[in-house]
Amino acid sequence: MDEGVAILGVGVTPLRPISPELSQRELIFEAATKAYIDAGTEPAEIHSFISISEDFHEGTSITDEYTPDQLGAILRPVHTIAGDGLQGLAAACMLIQSGIADLVAVEGHCKTSNILNHEEVFAMALDPIYERPVGVPSHAIAALEMRRYLHETGLPEEAVAGVVVKNRRNALRNPLASYGASLTVEEVQASPLLASPLRVLHTSPYADGAVVLIVASAARARRKGRKPVWIKGIGWATETPWLAERSWGRATYTVVSAQMAYRMAGISRPRKEIHFAEVDDTYAYKELQHLQALELLTPQEATELTRGGDFEGPLPVNASGGSLGMGYCFDATALYRVAEATWQIRGEAGSHQVPGARTGVVCSWRGVPTTTGGVVVLQAD
Amino acid sequence: MARKRESSPQNPHDVGRVMREIPERPRGTPLKDQDIREGKVSLIAWKPHLEYRWDSGVAISRFLLGLKEGKILGVRCHSCGRTVTPPRAFCEWCFRPVDEWVELKDTGTVNTFSICYVTWDMKPLEIPQIPAVIEIDGTHPRVGFLHLLGGIGEKDVEAIRRRVRVGMRVQAVWKSPAERVGAITDILYFQPLE
Ligand SMILES: [Zn+2]
Repeated sequence: MDEGVAILGVGVTPLRPISPELSQRELIFEAATKAYIDAGTEPAEIHSFISISEDFHEGTSITDEYTPDQLGAILRPVHTIAGDGLQGLAAACMLIQSGIADLVAVEGHCKTSNILNHEEVFAMALDPIYERPVGVPSHAIAALEMRRYLHETGLPEEAVAGVVVKNRRNALRNPLASYGASLTVEEVQASPLLASPLRVLHTSPYADGAVVLIVASAARARRKGRKPVWIKGIGWATETPWLAERSWGRATYTVVSAQMAYRMAGISRPRKEIHFAEVDDTYAYKELQHLQALELLTPQEATELTRGGDFEGPLPVNASGGSLGMGYCFDATALYRVAEATWQIRGEAGSHQVPGARTGVVCSWRGVPTTTGGVVVLQAD
Repeated sequence: MARKRESSPQNPHDVGRVMREIPERPRGTPLKDQDIREGKVSLIAWKPHLEYRWDSGVAISRFLLGLKEGKILGVRCHSCGRTVTPPRAFCEWCFRPVDEWVELKDTGTVNTFSICYVTWDMKPLEIPQIPAVIEIDGTHPRVGFLHLLGGIGEKDVEAIRRRVRVGMRVQAVWKSPAERVGAITDILYFQPLE
């Protein structure tokens, strides 16, 4: 982006399977407080606030109305994006590039533990007339995609298990992650089948959390005297709602999003120019599928990489532990990964720091049954 | 004003004639409840069964425990000097944690009210309900919450209308300690003090 938009501050709460000690608003207040301190700012300086939320996940409709207090946004411009976290980040870029705002707070949160019947929420996402009555669960939709992906690439199921082993091991080094574990491919493949070929351990477990990013114009970012991380390019796309019409083997929404983001960032050889990736792994096969769509690795190369079971390699992927290791928190997931990438580029990722992480990519997906996702390229100052 | 109908040859391509003959009110086929029940109309029904259990958090949990004990609790922010209820963990004006818990009186003043003739799911009420915003004593600036007025002693709407007014002083009427569960409904309603 010509004028430049930067991530100036990051605040998160650790991802946890349950969070009974804090209400959702208290959780967001914690993340927001951390983000404002990290950016060296305060709510009064923020020109516009964006919240990512989906009413069915909240159990409250018009959730925007409940946003201002915990962000310090009373009587200020606030709006909600009922979409992927990266779509929210894109909205922040638009506010800044259009000159409406210099400093924007983007918030995402999830209290997955407060939803007692996820399957009913998922059912609401299917077409009510020709899909819902069939009664197929969300994991089965993912299984259909995994089957077609393995069919088209010729990869064995063990390649998918390798992703699980790597990400959950990486999570052991990330204090924000909830599901760090030392597993073997055999153990993953011995976990129960949910809907073949998808197994329990191929699936990222739910987690609660809140994340706030402070996004700034170039002028504001420089003035703050902090270490800005530049949003060099951003893209997002949706394929089609028709289940039978989508490209089950490929993440075409990522192909389109990556083209948009790479073009904006001036990246022509992603394999050479990108040093690390935080890639959606809601289901383990998605990581491999997304890496292919990002033109970063072929499925075979990705499999080779996961065999090492570590994030140190030519292209470290999900050094954070990903959703498999950190926990999955719906549309807030993408913002957590942007936070992770920001720390990597700043050199503040602690014991899971990727050496020489100057340019990174974050790739998101809105989950079953969507074909929506985004890509953002982040770069050091 | 009724549009004048003109007679003209029945030429299907005569757009002008077609336009002239469009009645002022569209002549649709009215649907009856029965048509829908008998499946004469193509409709798909779906009844959501969504279930949630929200973590009430630090501030609201303590508020609810207070209600169970028959107390209305509030919080104070030393930065702006406000005392507010329902309590919150942080002051949304000052964007900092609140400083102090206070027990408030269970009396207050009616900020605004309505005499409501339907239930929440729009069924007619014979004895109207009186929703009101009650400013709880001891809060500053005066804040409080939505609740109901009751114990008005009048069943007749005209009499209720004469008695209830903005600025009326009221007091909480509580459920018995055994019936209280730690919910906003532990207060049955607020009744006039005057
Ligand atoms: Zn205050």
